[in-house]
Amino acid sequence: MKVGFEHYLILSALLFALGLTGVLVRRNLLVIYMSLELMLNAANLSLVAASHFSPGHSLDGQVFVFFIITVAAAEVAVGLALIVALYRRRQTAHVEDLTTMKL
Amino acid sequence: MQDALFYLFGFLTLLCGLLVIANPFSRNPVTSAMFLVLAIASLGGLFVLLHAYFLGAVQVLVYAGAVMVLFLFVIMLLDVKAEERRKIRGLTGKLLVVFGPLSVIAILFLFFKSLSAGPPNSDPNPTLEGGTIVLGKLLFTQYLLPFEIVSVLLLVAMIGVILLSKKDLR
Repeated sequence: MKVGFEHYLILSALLFALGLTGVLVRRNLLVIYMSLELMLNAANLSLVAASHFSPGHSLDGQVFVFFIITVAAAEVAVGLALIVALYRRRQTAHVEDLTTMKL
Repeated sequence: MQDALFYLFGFLTLLCGLLVIANPFSRNPVTSAMFLVLAIASLGGLFVLLHAYFLGAVQVLVYAGAVMVLFLFVIMLLDVKAEERRKIRGLTGKLLVVFGPLSVIAILFLFFKSLSAGPPNSDPNPTLEGGTIVLGKLLFTQYLLPFEIVSVLLLVAMIGVILLSKKDLR
């Protein structure tokens, strides 16, 4: 069976579901962050596939992915700095110990 | 050949992604980070299969290189112990266990439903390839403004990180 757009979309959806499951299931802030990265990568894969299989082979999807990667790198830097600041104050990276903002 | 490579890389990506979120042998964040590197590298392979050569290289350089080094650095800095299995307490926790996988299944269901409704038409022979020349031209003409904004964003993120990691954070 020829690999088409659908195959890439299904793979991307499965990867996104994996990332979402990780965010919901895991309790370590760092692992939750890695699952977020997995979800971002799933979105990237679908964008690149869309750009490849589009009728005019437009490169817009690839430019989008380029920007997403840049923003994700900035986001990782800020997020990890926040985690370090949090850890310095609370000595924990566990979401169950961080319930101050809970209603 | 390309189809076999797609299945190989796709399987590797999914397997490593699964091992990131639920590794039966170790709950150490370092193991998760290493498997995330593998997943991202195989995603880079998929990008190359899609003729996005520059993005494949960027994926490996930026993600598997810089971002993951940052992750590992923070993990080592925090000295996070392997996560012991905590018991899920209370009614909310039990509800979460039920509704979490349920929402994932719902999203997948919606996805497959919309996929079967209208299959997108695909062109089998690609002509334009995602090399550096075409992508660079696009970046510096049509997408010049987003490009400049992203550079400002990176600067803002850098200043923010320096402020956040100061010792006497108020």
